[in-house]
Amino acid sequence: MPANTDNDLASANDLMPGRAAAVAALKDVPHVPGAQKPDPILVADHVSRQFGGLKAVDVAHVEIQRGAITALIGPNGAGKTTLFNLLTGFDKPDTGKWTFNQQQVAGMSPYKLARKGMVRTFQLTKALSRMTVMDNMRLGASGQLGERFFPSLLPFLWNAQERANEVRALELLGRFNLDAKLDDFAGSLSGGQRKLLEMARALMTNPEMVMLDEPMAGVNPALTQSLLGHIKNIREEGTTVLFVEHDMDMVRDISDWVIVMAQGQIIAEGPPDAVMRDRQVIDAYLGTHHDQALTKDGTSLTQDSSGE
Amino acid sequence: MDFGIIFSQTLTQAIGITAIIYCLAAVGLNVQFGYTGLLNFGQVAFVAAGAYAVGVIVLTFDLSLWLAILVGILASTLLALILGIPTLRLRADYLAIVTIAASELLRLLVRSIAFKDTFGGAQGLNGKLGQQFHDLNPLPSDFTSLPVLTWTRQDLWVVIVGWLLVVLFTLLVWGLVRSPWGRVVKGIREDEDAVVSLGKNVFVYKMQALVLGGIIGGFGGIVWAVAKQSVQPDTFQPDFTFFAYTILLLGGAARVFGPIVGAIIFWFLLAGVGELLSQMIQAGYIDFLSATDVGSIRFILMGLGLMLLMIFRPQGIFGDRRELALDAR
Amino acid sequence: MVKHIRIALGALMLSVIGLLALGGLSPAQAADTAVIGVLTTPGGAPVEGVKITVTNEEGFTESDTSDATGAFRVPLPSGGTYTIEVDTTTFPDGIALSREDDASRTLLVLSGEKKLLVPLSEGGESAVSASGDSTLDQIIQLFFDGILYGLLIALGAVGLNLVFGTTGLTNFSHGELLTLGAFTALALNEAGINIIIAAPIAIVFAAFAYGWGQNKILWRPLRRRKTGLIAAMIVSIGLAIVLRYTIALVFGSGPRTYQQFAGQVGISIGPFNTTPKALILGALAAVALGITVLWLQRSRIGKATRAVSDNPALASATGIDVERVIAVVWIVGAGLAAFAGIYLGMTQSSIWNMGQRMLLVLFAAVILGGLGTIYGAIVGALVVGVFINMTTLFIPTEMKTVGALFLMIVILLVRPQGLLGRKERVG
Repeated sequence: MPANTDNDLASANDLMPGRAAAVAALKDVPHVPGAQKPDPILVADHVSRQFGGLKAVDVAHVEIQRGAITALIGPNGAGKTTLFNLLTGFDKPDTGKWTFNQQQVAGMSPYKLARKGMVRTFQLTKALSRMTVMDNMRLGASGQLGERFFPSLLPFLWNAQERANEVRALELLGRFNLDAKLDDFAGSLSGGQRKLLEMARALMTNPEMVMLDEPMAGVNPALTQSLLGHIKNIREEGTTVLFVEHDMDMVRDISDWVIVMAQGQIIAEGPPDAVMRDRQVIDAYLGTHHDQALTKDGTSLTQDSSGE
Repeated sequence: MDFGIIFSQTLTQAIGITAIIYCLAAVGLNVQFGYTGLLNFGQVAFVAAGAYAVGVIVLTFDLSLWLAILVGILASTLLALILGIPTLRLRADYLAIVTIAASELLRLLVRSIAFKDTFGGAQGLNGKLGQQFHDLNPLPSDFTSLPVLTWTRQDLWVVIVGWLLVVLFTLLVWGLVRSPWGRVVKGIREDEDAVVSLGKNVFVYKMQALVLGGIIGGFGGIVWAVAKQSVQPDTFQPDFTFFAYTILLLGGAARVFGPIVGAIIFWFLLAGVGELLSQMIQAGYIDFLSATDVGSIRFILMGLGLMLLMIFRPQGIFGDRRELALDAR
Repeated sequence: MVKHIRIALGALMLSVIGLLALGGLSPAQAADTAVIGVLTTPGGAPVEGVKITVTNEEGFTESDTSDATGAFRVPLPSGGTYTIEVDTTTFPDGIALSREDDASRTLLVLSGEKKLLVPLSEGGESAVSASGDSTLDQIIQLFFDGILYGLLIALGAVGLNLVFGTTGLTNFSHGELLTLGAFTALALNEAGINIIIAAPIAIVFAAFAYGWGQNKILWRPLRRRKTGLIAAMIVSIGLAIVLRYTIALVFGSGPRTYQQFAGQVGISIGPFNTTPKALILGALAAVALGITVLWLQRSRIGKATRAVSDNPALASATGIDVERVIAVVWIVGAGLAAFAGIYLGMTQSSIWNMGQRMLLVLFAAVILGGLGTIYGAIVGALVVGVFINMTTLFIPTEMKTVGALFLMIVILLVRPQGLLGRKERVG
């Protein structure tokens, strides 16, 4: 295991040029909802989605900075996961346009978006449980000739590619401490290990941007710290990270920029420390605090049905 | 009671023409359901497409059997496309209902008086459907019968080619499912969204599985038409599909040899029970059943078998519970 | 848990044996196996020269032509499933089949002589191209028949939909609940009880034995074992096959009618032609459905049912006893299905595969209304009933089910949540 997960923050900046670059780039960005970023990878306008009478998402404008870790936070039921689903094409918005790498991608099928380099994970982990860990990883690799119908019957066409993918998979699994589990069924892994596997599998596609939906949910606290380390490493390799989290304290440590959602709208933006002092943000969390227990069921249920 | 006859009849049926037809249908279902997780409840429609292609081309249009086989493949493909394009985006239970409805719809159309000139109405198409195939029979013309197995010369020829087809398609499936292609479809079976999120065009893979499974099922129909020289609409009832499912689940879904093992065991048991009961009735050991009740009893046992399998051993009798093919969603 | 299932299966076998006893096993007949019948006009005059052909899937073909007395006899090698075709081109002028479906049918023939009924009409053409009636009259009549048929479908569909809504089970053995109801009434009827008394007894018996009992011994243990929905669906297919052929074994393969009201004289009310029994049954069905709707809206358990249908986990969290709701749903569903079966048995006839034949129509109704939505089944059923009858204006009667199935597929494609379903329901 690389040692940098245990590094303290003071020396982190020197070891993490990615972080330093992201912080520098975002230095002059105003702390307002919908703020313009110097080098956005994702720009969305007027994205809205209604369920019944309830407006789950209503985002006027948002930009995500390239090469940074952006956290999307907000109380339960704020519409974070719904926005995620919309941006990745897994749900269709009522209105809205958004670009990825300056290219219009609204209405594009989710698999095409993934091929463009925008790869997501899921809140309820979708490890393919009756396949081995290695098969999960192999599946992640993109552009495989052997995945096409007729070439698949001629192993000599794709054997070399398969070996190369396996080498890369082993390297990634090693980084995520899963290399001992190669031939285990993914279903036999612990919750945290599945999260790691899902993340590693997403990285197999060589994404430009990974979108992690509550990567810390259901993870053993002991594993959380190393998970955070993995997320930082992803950024250090030049990949943009956008992740959803409802626990404010989790994001303080790792995110370069924080976007706060409440009741479907973006209410605040800024670096972690600034956002956490924001009156509106505190109100949003506290104001819905006693609702939280109630909406908790509601949220998890809607996620159940959307996960079908 | 002659146990020799019971045994020889049972064995003949266990690896006979009907077993081959169902086996092909089950190999197709294995691709669709076992590996890809598509709940196709209309497999019988593909079998019917193959059988009717032979019937219509050879009898109605008086053309070559070889052309008919080609048409059979095309018809199965076309049917898969027509069924798949609208339905593959639906939920599993909706797909099941649409496919079973489509198979009934097709049966009602081919048996209708309106299309009687083409499909022969309820009587179907009967005649020398497989003549061109039987003319190629290499078995000596003075062939009478094998020991124990009581096929005629004509049947034996069908059985040989039929099992060759089964082996061929099984090899094809084996090749596919151990490749990266097979990995993708298994992933789809486990969780479609996860596979989508990795940039795979899930729809195309499902369609390929539906078409391939349909064509293999269509060959079941071709074998049927050639062997029995007759194609009748009412033999293509939804129950056919459910038999094929029983066979698949018996042998183990998502196992390459599952359909073969399942078909042989299924027909061995079904024929064995039937023969045994018939003989016992004839010999007077059982007087509360008539010979015609045996058919119903066989079906009852089959239904009971399907229930028990699904409840106690959903992985099949030889399956591995860990790689269970069912209920990924 | 395994023990529970063993007990369940034991009970299932016992009930099968019970059915065997109930029906009284037909003694094996020594007479030659044949299909026989006499063709006469509605006035009773023999119809000569009509060709009847019997075939089976093993390639057997035999035919006979009706003689001067209208009689025909087609000898068969053994019992089995045969397809019987009436060659309508050999009919004398002015003679037609009363029901076009009779031109070809598939029957399971047991050993002995099987009497074939071929109702003929004389003078008019068949309904499709009727020249005597005005089109408007025909439309009104078809609409009326459609509503009656729709009520019958609704009786069957409500239970199917309630069970789906509360448990997620797509129950392929629901059709057999209709068949079981019809044949339970038949068994009582043949034991000498008038059908007017036998029917309600059969419905109550069905509600508890086939509904509550089935849930108790089969589905509830399966839910406890966390059997998946697809696995449960396949179990229901197995159960359907077991039940269907058990009924065939016990009651034989031919269509059966109740001893009362079998051939009732038709009446005309204004523009409608109907029979008193069809009217009364239709009215009773409407009342039964009305009570069901009221029950769902007003009663505590009815409201709980809707809550469970909307969201089982949430309902359970708010203190609703989900299992109790499911048990009640099975009772109501099976009772209504038994009523539908008896309805079908009284207006047409009871046959071993009647439920299977209805199942896809029931699915069509349920999907049209919205799978899992409570009132959807009733609305969907009425639409399907009217649609099936109306399409006979344009397509041959023999293909009317084709229209309904086609409608269902189209609905699934354009609006998979059904007419009354909410969009969010479909994941």
